Amino acid sequence: MMKETRTILNTTNLTVGYKDKKGVKPVLSNLNLSLEKGKLTCLLGTNGAGKSTLMRTIGGIQKPLEGEVFMQGKPIRSIDAKSLSKQLSLVLTDRIAPGNLTVYALVSLGRFPYTSWLGTLSQKDKDIIFLAMEATGILEFANKHIGELSDGERQKVMIARTLAQDTEVIFLDEPTAHLDLPNRMEIFHLLRALAVDSDKAILLTTHELDMALANADHLWLINQNQTIDSGLPEDLVLNGLLEEAFQRDQLQFDYELGTFKRTSTQKKIKIKLEGDSILKRWTRSALERAGYEVTPDASDIEIRISGNLKAPLWHLNYNDTTYKTIQELLIQLNNQ
Amino acid sequence: MNAITQGKRLRAKSLTLLGLMLIVLFLLDIGLGSVRIPVSDVIKTLLGQQIDNSGWQGIILKIRLPRAVTAILAGAALSLGGLQMQTLFRNPLAGPSVLGITAGASLGVAAVMLAAGTVTTTFSIRELGVDGSWLIIIASTLGAATVLMLILGISFKIRDNVVMLIVGLMVANITIAVVSIWQFFSDPEQIQEYILWTFGSLGGVTNEQLGALAIIVLTGVILTFFLSKTLNALLLGEDYAQSMGLNVKWARVAIIATTSILAGAITGFCGPIGFVGIAVPHLSRSFLNTSDHRTLVPTCTLVGGILMLVCDIISQVPGSQTVLPINAITALIGSPIVIWIIVKRKNLKASF
Repeated sequence: MMKETRTILNTTNLTVGYKDKKGVKPVLSNLNLSLEKGKLTCLLGTNGAGKSTLMRTIGGIQKPLEGEVFMQGKPIRSIDAKSLSKQLSLVLTDRIAPGNLTVYALVSLGRFPYTSWLGTLSQKDKDIIFLAMEATGILEFANKHIGELSDGERQKVMIARTLAQDTEVIFLDEPTAHLDLPNRMEIFHLLRALAVDSDKAILLTTHELDMALANADHLWLINQNQTIDSGLPEDLVLNGLLEEAFQRDQLQFDYELGTFKRTSTQKKIKIKLEGDSILKRWTRSALERAGYEVTPDASDIEIRISGNLKAPLWHLNYNDTTYKTIQELLIQLNNQ
Repeated sequence: MNAITQGKRLRAKSLTLLGLMLIVLFLLDIGLGSVRIPVSDVIKTLLGQQIDNSGWQGIILKIRLPRAVTAILAGAALSLGGLQMQTLFRNPLAGPSVLGITAGASLGVAAVMLAAGTVTTTFSIRELGVDGSWLIIIASTLGAATVLMLILGISFKIRDNVVMLIVGLMVANITIAVVSIWQFFSDPEQIQEYILWTFGSLGGVTNEQLGALAIIVLTGVILTFFLSKTLNALLLGEDYAQSMGLNVKWARVAIIATTSILAGAITGFCGPIGFVGIAVPHLSRSFLNTSDHRTLVPTCTLVGGILMLVCDIISQVPGSQTVLPINAITALIGSPIVIWIIVKRKNLKASF
């Protein structure tokens, strides 16, 4: 039995970039990528790595320098704008939304490719708009004006608009920029739920490593060689490609915490830490920020953490003193 | 979703109210002037009935009716031109006059007036007959279109709206400079006529020409209404509009063509009338608190007509023989209204 292909969009030998009078400026090249239905794919890269350029190119807004983008097997440049708009919808970084437009009116703009010349909404259109607003949890704002919404709510409205456009592929450019942590998490969870529940292929760009690692089903990682490594986030972590992609001086990937850390060339005082794993994790974080190195080997300074999570105690070996907070502990260490 | 039907009802109510206001002001505009004519007599005359004072009948049918209709047409046309420019450039300060479209139309008219060497003021357009009036309309539309195409060409290179606006202002300045050099080398008599034209006048259009103007403006209004959906999509910016399947290049061309027909024709017949094009779209958005062009197009048409009628009534200085230039009145009356609206509603900036 043949396996059903899940790939909806793919690229072959794609080079994206800019062309001007001075010549060709490739930003990313040799891209052989594929986007699958039912998955949230994150395009991860540093600022200026070419995330938006790639997104604009595979979204058909910008022309590729080389290679081809295929939408369901058809070259994207051979698809006319109207048909493409029924297969692919976008949330862009332009944060210009007209304040006098109501949420309902903005979401209903998503029906643009389907409505008549005047844009009159049929009952079917209205049903789809309703479902889009329900799925994104913005029904209660329906009659509010865009200007009255918070950034997080506005982003949900823009996502609802793409749902109203009823496309199998959705691209979002930096959808969580400007958002605080709870809002970021909410948007990521919403997008993942949408991908899984409605079997859409969702691609978003982000420079937020932790968010991408935690939520992406698939990662497109822009590396230092101006191309892209793609795979499961955890695979890219373990084979070192992620660390390589973000490689900078004085920056090191912490494989335990899944984040990057600054490293300094200065010689550090080594401290051995013992105790409950959660307490150890946060103590370590404070010690490392203060410039100490936590080591599993025996050391002159040893800290033993006792007590429970609610009332932990830190015991320092060299003066045999117990501290109730990490702050007090650090004051003692720094005075040493 | 109940509130959405409510919104529709509010829209219908507002449009009815504005329609009634337009009719009342239309009758007042005809009734008021150097000679005061009772509204009942105005209605009778308009309905084709005889009234006792045959002099009044002549004034109404030959002078005031064409002027009032011209006022409505001019207000509607300039407002819709402004609405389209503001949406296309996504700039609250855009309008036919700011982006040099009116200046372009002036250049066209100046070319005809100053180069023709004949007396061709708005007052003598009548003497030129149909050919002459068409010459002025075509010249001003071509002038408006030329400047707009230039602006459009530059706008392909510049994506920033504020920069675009400054460029538009500069293009307007260049156009005005060309006209002023032309004036410098022209006969004083011709210059005077041109200057008279620049004051703006709603009274220069005869009954016969009114037909042509009405057809042009009506076409423009209908075209704009057909563009409502396109204009709505452009509210989100060109990239979004394109992603929704809109052919942005054609949309730009259509919007600019419609605007130059509307603004060009009115400028040709009535002179460069400023302010209305910028103010009315803002007034309409504020009144209905919407950016939906399907509502804004009819609203702007009505509000534009209402505002021009008010300005015309004031410019006639009821009860006196004086007539003030309409161009000064539109700015004098309109600017404070706009300032008041902006300060009160605070949602002007939120529109873009």
